Amino acid sequence: MRDRVPAEGHQHGEGNVTQVQTTRVAALQGDEAVAEAVRQSDVDVIAAYPITPQTIIVEKLAEFVADGRLKGEFVPVESEHSALSACVGASATGARVFTATSSQGLAYMHEMLYNVSGMRLPIVMAVANRALSAPLVLNADHSDLMGSRDCGWIQIYAENVEEIYDRTIQLFKLSEDPRVMLPSIISFEGFILSHDKERVRLLEDGPIGRFLARPRHKHRLDPDEPLTFGAIATPDSYFEFRKQQSEAMNTALQVFDEVETDFEALSGRRYRAVDAYNTDGADTIMVINGCAAGTVRAAARSLNASGEKVGVLAIKLYRPFPVDQVVAHLSEAKSVITMDRSMSIGAPSGPLSEDVKASLQASGISKPVMSVVYGIGGRDLAVEDGKNIFGMAKEGSSFGAALMYGVKV
Amino acid sequence: MSWKQLEEGAVVKGGTSSTYIVSGWRVKRPVINEAKCTNCLICWIYCPEPAILRHEGGKVTIDYDHCKGCGICETECPPKAISMVKET
Repeated sequence: MRDRVPAEGHQHGEGNVTQVQTTRVAALQGDEAVAEAVRQSDVDVIAAYPITPQTIIVEKLAEFVADGRLKGEFVPVESEHSALSACVGASATGARVFTATSSQGLAYMHEMLYNVSGMRLPIVMAVANRALSAPLVLNADHSDLMGSRDCGWIQIYAENVEEIYDRTIQLFKLSEDPRVMLPSIISFEGFILSHDKERVRLLEDGPIGRFLARPRHKHRLDPDEPLTFGAIATPDSYFEFRKQQSEAMNTALQVFDEVETDFEALSGRRYRAVDAYNTDGADTIMVINGCAAGTVRAAARSLNASGEKVGVLAIKLYRPFPVDQVVAHLSEAKSVITMDRSMSIGAPSGPLSEDVKASLQASGISKPVMSVVYGIGGRDLAVEDGKNIFGMAKEGSSFGAALMYGVKV
Repeated sequence: MSWKQLEEGAVVKGGTSSTYIVSGWRVKRPVINEAKCTNCLICWIYCPEPAILRHEGGKVTIDYDHCKGCGICETECPPKAISMVKET
């Protein structure tokens, strides 16, 4: 297995625990972990369409419902657009609703993504990242979800299977909080995480049930009292509806912290919105999201051992973007490297890089930022690659235009 | 209205547009010649709105608050009892 350094909250998994309820340790694939978390979260309705590499989630959930292990409704649908449409209706009745997709499927849902967030429906979705066609490819990059970045959903990028499991449970609580009422996405790289079997410390059903109390939706579809959700707006009011969503997203940043505190009491695990690895006193900090965070931590650890002052900042919570925390960790560094696993073709750099640069700029901080695009279409990133990139930042030759690391020239 | 006062998710009471006037853009209005009308109700069947009101004995009138002036009734009327007249 490749060298990898887990996030801090994860390493010290038995830290601040008041009532750890771990009963089973299992080897699960990322997709299986999602399905197990959804089963334990007592979801009422699932409507999903299978697509590689998310397929196992749908298969497992269908199995759970067929076996009576999940007392919910599984709605087979003919497309992703229909899947999310069915979820809209179900969620509007006040049900707890889940769906999952990847790549083209997410693209096909695009229109409905905005309906869900605009109607303030707390649906939770898993996205097993896969690069978009054409050319057709099955492997991971973040361009599917980054393409829907602005859809008004809370977005978390997990970096290992246990985090996928934990985040899926957390997101129901975060989304359904009456102060938030926004849909959310747990995102993780296809195959690398969706099909990788890892050790997961599973929690018990009972405590998860208590953790996920069911707040009653303010508005629920009821045949006796008909309601229209997402009714028409005019130029006189549409802007204000979007402002409401933006405020709810800001509130979600605070509620996220509360959810993590409650979850830590349950599991002993806490990940935070960003994970900082040896960033204190670091000259260069690499900012990254997704599963390669562990890989570049291993690169940083190796360089630290030879006296180089480098650190890694993993962005876990991508929307809402934790601006203050990002700035706090980066403010003392001499230079920053941003690592985007997606391409915004024609843009100055990738979306993560732009968010980091905008955060620094808004705080009046100016420092060299080296924007790197890597891992496109499932291209591997190894520890040596992480060390190479740190080395390039040290030379200072690659600041300016975005660098496509590893592309064959 | 401030964003703080709007109902989240743009949720409103259910209902229909029956209480609204939705005919402001009509260019021509259908006028029924009662002398020619045979009360066959073809216009009532074809009106997509529906803006043809049906009364006792098959007598029809137009609901001008909901008629958009599409002219389908004029085209379909077998005895040519409906004519489209330009709005003034």
